[in-house]
Amino acid sequence: MAEATDVEDLASFRDRLRGWLKENMPPADARPAPYHQLSDAEELAQVAHHRELQRMLYDGGFAGIIFPKEYGGAGLTPAHQQVLNEEIVGYQYPARFQVPTFSPCAAVIYEFGTEEQKRAHLPKILRGEEIWMQFLSEPGGGSDVAGAQTTALRDGDEWVLNGSKIWTTGAWWADWGLCLARTNWDVPKHRGLSVFMLRIHQPGIEVHRIEMLNGSREFCQEFLTDLRIPDTDRIGEVDAGWTVGTRWMYHEKSLGISPYFIRPAGSMRGVNPWAPTPLAVARQAGRLADPQARQLVGEAHALKLAGQEGSARIARGIAAKHLNDQAAGLSRILTGLINTQLATINLKLAGASAVAWDEEDQMLGEMGVEFLMRQVRQISGGTIEMSRNGVSERFLGMPREARRDNDIAFREVPRSAPSR
Amino acid sequence: MKLDLNPDLSAEQAFFAETTRQFLDDKVPTSLLRELRGDPAGFGRDFWRQGADLGWTSLLVPEADGGGSVSGQGLEDLALVAFEFGRYAAPGPLTTANVVTAAVARSGTAQQKAELLPGLMSGDRIGSWAYAEPRPFERLGAVGLRARPSNGHSNGHSNGQYVLTGHKAPVESAGQADLFLVTALLVTEDNEDPGTGGLAQFLVPADTPGVSVRPMRTLDISRRYGHVVFDDAAVPASAVLGEVGAAASGAAASGAAAGGTAGDVERQLQIALVIQLAELTGAMDRGLELTTEWLFNRYSFGRPLASYQALKHRFADMRAWLEAAHALADAAARHVQEESGRAGEYVSAGKSVLGVAALEVLQECVQFHGGIGVTFEHDLHLYLRRAVVDAQLYGTVVDHRERLTTILESVEGSGG
Repeated sequence: MAEATDVEDLASFRDRLRGWLKENMPPADARPAPYHQLSDAEELAQVAHHRELQRMLYDGGFAGIIFPKEYGGAGLTPAHQQVLNEEIVGYQYPARFQVPTFSPCAAVIYEFGTEEQKRAHLPKILRGEEIWMQFLSEPGGGSDVAGAQTTALRDGDEWVLNGSKIWTTGAWWADWGLCLARTNWDVPKHRGLSVFMLRIHQPGIEVHRIEMLNGSREFCQEFLTDLRIPDTDRIGEVDAGWTVGTRWMYHEKSLGISPYFIRPAGSMRGVNPWAPTPLAVARQAGRLADPQARQLVGEAHALKLAGQEGSARIARGIAAKHLNDQAAGLSRILTGLINTQLATINLKLAGASAVAWDEEDQMLGEMGVEFLMRQVRQISGGTIEMSRNGVSERFLGMPREARRDNDIAFREVPRSAPSR
Repeated sequence: MKLDLNPDLSAEQAFFAETTRQFLDDKVPTSLLRELRGDPAGFGRDFWRQGADLGWTSLLVPEADGGGSVSGQGLEDLALVAFEFGRYAAPGPLTTANVVTAAVARSGTAQQKAELLPGLMSGDRIGSWAYAEPRPFERLGAVGLRARPSNGHSNGHSNGQYVLTGHKAPVESAGQADLFLVTALLVTEDNEDPGTGGLAQFLVPADTPGVSVRPMRTLDISRRYGHVVFDDAAVPASAVLGEVGAAASGAAASGAAAGGTAGDVERQLQIALVIQLAELTGAMDRGLELTTEWLFNRYSFGRPLASYQALKHRFADMRAWLEAAHALADAAARHVQEESGRAGEYVSAGKSVLGVAALEVLQECVQFHGGIGVTFEHDLHLYLRRAVVDAQLYGTVVDHRERLTTILESVEGSGG
């Protein structure tokens, strides 16, 4: 990545960016519908629109701020990305492209891909032509990603994949997947994994959509049946996939502080920036004169600032190497705890209207639905329990949990009974 | 465990913080804190003067008036001292003395500055802010103490005296203070409604006739509080700090960027809160440090406590809240230092979060220690005491949450 000394200074970058945004980018919608309320046609239209927005950023020279120029990036620094995060507030941006396309996927390709692989994919991602998803979790285990059972067997210059992946966002409209698969069952689990790139829409992959309890059908499960992939689409060494996987997990844990993608300033991981504020909820519920409601509104705002300022401080600490990489888990814990509290506060503020509401109280009804989905803030992107393990063991140096899967062939490791 | 380095400090600030840390490490071992339990003053004047030599009392005073900071951002420097005060549960009127010194430097006349600042900065004189009041004026921002012009003029042009009547409590180090900064409501003879007169502040020597101090009982073992009674205490017009009755009272309830004396009072409150937030963070930091050692060194069932996942997970959460505490305390210090439009919002947000998080974290530390954690012999309670005292004074969590909502409404109302 570029050194801070040989690139455009931040002030002139900000000026240039500000002018360009004003000239080119459409203003943000005041309050776009949550993803889960879009029809399929609307969702596809939005994805297409975001591809165009990404292309516009690329044409303006503002795509992939910290990616090197030879791959179509801007060749700038995380500080420039931060400027972009600040200036993009109030404008539309290709939100569908950020996670997981830029991080973890593009970040992993950039770190581990061959020169050929990087040139094949990074420019296309930056131009809005490839949307990537993670083929990571499996039905047999969520947090224990290194326990992947999807199997890849070598057949000449190809690999044959069989198995199932789950919790893949938008696989039904995305283009490529980064896939962790087991290439050796006769060695301990971390030593028998490899990483592959695959086209999602091809024979051998069946995509099923999962309906979440709020009606969202964003997540998918894929069934891989004798899927054939050329060896040139393998990332990293055979059976050394956990080297890649470790960084992959790091990028996933660092989404709240990552410089790889656009995260409009003031937004917090796991929080929809257009969601009504607790103040708006209290007003809609007619409770602004109620001292208890006023306390809740204040509490919520303070917690939101704690999450934002806390995450920013952790990011600065990691960037300055005052904290090790595992400290990213602190940010995940903090935002996970805070975001669940915020959902609870909104439920309290919305009162009875959160569970039975007239048309004009739709906002309050959404608070009820959001509460049903509350634990997503402590589940998605690796559960909060995994971060607690990581922080206590690899940041604070506490003894590691006993495990039964380290020194025996993966074939012998006890596994969950098949559930779906 | 290596200490968590602050990524945002300059080398000079880090050196400055380290100097205060070493001084406190040397001067206030926890054994001394325990001995101070029965000491009516709670701190020694020599200790305070030595601290003043390190800069504790002059960071908020401009160089032109004899003060000076390390980084050019005096309040952020002071927050570093306050963080160490929290870590050591240190004695000394750091909060209240700095509020008074800063107020004199900000709004004092040339004569007031010349007369008061040298003694306040050298530590020879102790100033204390008489702001909080007992019931029924215990909520943040409520002022019941009245100031009445004795010659009947009320519009700020009085050349005569003012007579102060009312109660202030708790007042930090009231028994040791040489000077009180008294926040009062101006009332006139023909209008007893205090709401119309506005706020006025007075610099009142502790030995003024009519001023008496009764010591209060307190939770903190090295900090003292007193109940100060103003029984028709007469002070000259020259005791007025800033303008008289220039703005309506109640600004503290809204954190609004008021001018005049209401603005001065809000500024004083913000400074006190910045110091509190840094202390709360320091107390949390020290509690977690002690608990880390304990978890690694204490064995049960043949394993260190640090190997139990139930404890590891809870500790990881506490460590995450410590980051939030640091971040909010630092952000509040920065906004107040810069007198930004969000200063009131940030101090109240900080208090809303730390007033809960610091106490919960320290109680978890007690829980992790078991019975030893609630003994007088163990050090933990020293930090818990300091944190609880900080959480309850200068506005409770409830006060600040409500104030924050009022601030949000006013921001929204102004289209911000």
